[in-house]
Amino acid sequence: MKYLAEFRNGEIAQRLAAEIRRLTTRPWAIMEVCGGQTHSIIRNGIDQLLPPEIELIHGPGCPVCVTPLEVIDKALAIASRPDVIFCSFGDMLRVPGSHKDLFRVKGEGGDVRVVYSPLDAVAIARDNPHKQVVFFGIGFETTAPANAMAVVVAKRQGLKNFSMLVSHVLVPPALEAILNSPANRVQAFLAAGHVCTVMGYWQYPPLAEKYHTPIVVTGFEPLDLLEGIRRAVRQLEAGEACVENAYPRAVTFEGNRPAQRMLAEVFELTDRAWRGIGVIPNSGWRLRDAYREFDAEARFDVAGIHTQESPICRSGDVLQGKIKPYECPAFGKQCTPRTPLGATMVSSEGACAAYYNYGRFA
Amino acid sequence: MSLDFTTWSCPLPLRDYPNVVIGHGGGGKLTAELIHHLFAPAFGDEALRQLGDAAVLALDGVRLAISTDSFVVRPLFFPGGSIGELAVNGTVNDLAMMGARPLYLTAGFIVEEGLPLSQLGAIVERMAAAARAAGVRVVAGDTKVVDKGHGDGVFINTTGVGLIPNGVRIGPDRARPGDCVLINGFIGDHGMAIMSVREGLQFETTIASDTAPLHDLVAAMLDVAPGAIHALRDPTRGGLAAALNEIAVASQVGIQIDERALPVHPDVQAACDLLGMDPIYVANEGKLVAFVAEEAAEAVLARMRAHPLGQGAAMIGRVVAQPAGLVTARTAIGGTRVIPMPLGEQLPRIC
Repeated sequence: MKYLAEFRNGEIAQRLAAEIRRLTTRPWAIMEVCGGQTHSIIRNGIDQLLPPEIELIHGPGCPVCVTPLEVIDKALAIASRPDVIFCSFGDMLRVPGSHKDLFRVKGEGGDVRVVYSPLDAVAIARDNPHKQVVFFGIGFETTAPANAMAVVVAKRQGLKNFSMLVSHVLVPPALEAILNSPANRVQAFLAAGHVCTVMGYWQYPPLAEKYHTPIVVTGFEPLDLLEGIRRAVRQLEAGEACVENAYPRAVTFEGNRPAQRMLAEVFELTDRAWRGIGVIPNSGWRLRDAYREFDAEARFDVAGIHTQESPICRSGDVLQGKIKPYECPAFGKQCTPRTPLGATMVSSEGACAAYYNYGRFA
Repeated sequence: MSLDFTTWSCPLPLRDYPNVVIGHGGGGKLTAELIHHLFAPAFGDEALRQLGDAAVLALDGVRLAISTDSFVVRPLFFPGGSIGELAVNGTVNDLAMMGARPLYLTAGFIVEEGLPLSQLGAIVERMAAAARAAGVRVVAGDTKVVDKGHGDGVFINTTGVGLIPNGVRIGPDRARPGDCVLINGFIGDHGMAIMSVREGLQFETTIASDTAPLHDLVAAMLDVAPGAIHALRDPTRGGLAAALNEIAVASQVGIQIDERALPVHPDVQAACDLLGMDPIYVANEGKLVAFVAEEAAEAVLARMRAHPLGQGAAMIGRVVAQPAGLVTARTAIGGTRVIPMPLGEQLPRIC
């Protein structure tokens, strides 16, 4: 596929890594904002090419990770109803709520379907007029335009049996919350390329200036990430703090204006809880009054849910490099790849699982 | 307002399901748990515990391979094949992975009420053609019909019997440090061909299933060096990643793969990139991965490439002593990553 293979070239990757090593004179902590970037860094071993001074901190830009437990539980409650066809992006099916996940709801007889576009869910609603069809509308600015479009199409077609469980979250308020946090260690951001494809990067210069923090719009292929890191390191070493676009083949300053207009038409700002983080003011979108009839939370009575996360897991500290996996009291005891307590033990790509599998207990 | 970024983490998938979920049939960790904790202890048979693709049974001086496999695929017809070819080739290949020459098949049909007879006829025609092509006889069968809504058109079970030639010793626990890891061509074709026509995920592509019987290729490889082929596996559900992990665990060895050497058709790579999937976890139905003693690897590879089903054969990695039970890959840009056993089914990612 054009624009992908060229950005996986091993020789150029080595050259970029050498340039980053040459530029680096002291320790820097850089956060890649998006879960897709984290995935690519681990999958390709990009972190292993960097000098030891460069620490990559994995950001909260993983919609699967930050969707609050409460919303997952609401999804499970709605999906369990016999009159509902519940449509979702594939990877939400395995995310656990308090007691079960969507796979289990499906196993218990719930009609849970994986779709790749919310418009497919609208089509399912049209084809099943006697069922309530609910789409799980989560994610960042990236997935929001298609979700907005689905609601607009459903309204235009007068569908009474389509609704959306909306839990959209926004990147810029999260970045500001991180920068405001007393525990913050992040010195530069790799902004999420896909989010910026939609939103542009006009929201970032005030942040970069106010917090004197470089922000580099960065893509997802190995060369994209290395170039983003190279530019961030160059700014850090030079004491600069501006916004750069290292993903120009997809991102413009203005972004996708028609998409932004549709988002403004359908959604309005709201406070949102982020799983494991807390409530961030004005950090999400909800449906505007004109589209409130498509709000699944209003259509189905879903309320009163309590969360229960592991109190001993310290994967958050591991993720931020504050402790090594074996320094967590649960490591190798209550927490193993067979019985993981935290994300870092779930995937073999996670730090705790890697340490466990390689037998690094000290 | 109190924000706590220090406790932030990704939520973890649930593992202790009280009910069967789709992932239990995905060929990954959940399937393995079902086998190890439920099936194997219940039957408690020595041959079953070998966990080969087929059971090996010594009988009056000959060694038989026996395997059974059920086929549940939607849609029933897809680019490059149908459930009919899969039902024959799948079981033939399970026998071939023990080095056996497949001889006989049985076929069980669980048909859903309402299935057009023309479709059933077409499927059986294709099965018969596949059996002729593979040189196996279908010698017994069974038919059951279930109420409409209680099946998916048709489910097919085939059981196969084959003969293992003297001197052939192949098993999942026989890979040794130093072995070369060979594969006979492009990975991921079958899974992406199915995905391209599945409801809700249709996309235009020319990708076709690779379904094919592999016993003739295996026989050719055994001709070159009968003792040098230590382990074979057909990477079906769970893809190459699951097959490699199974061998790594069964043989208590490490396996190191060079990602640049993995043969992936550009269309499959593109479709995987689009859906956020990794071809190493995508199913194949006409591929084998072979663990071959180093000194014979070049000759076996050359023989594979001379065979119609091995023209795209490649050496993709090595077996090492440590870390035992773990599969790692050298990435395209020179990093290293662990290739974990998949949990259940691979899911299209949201981002």
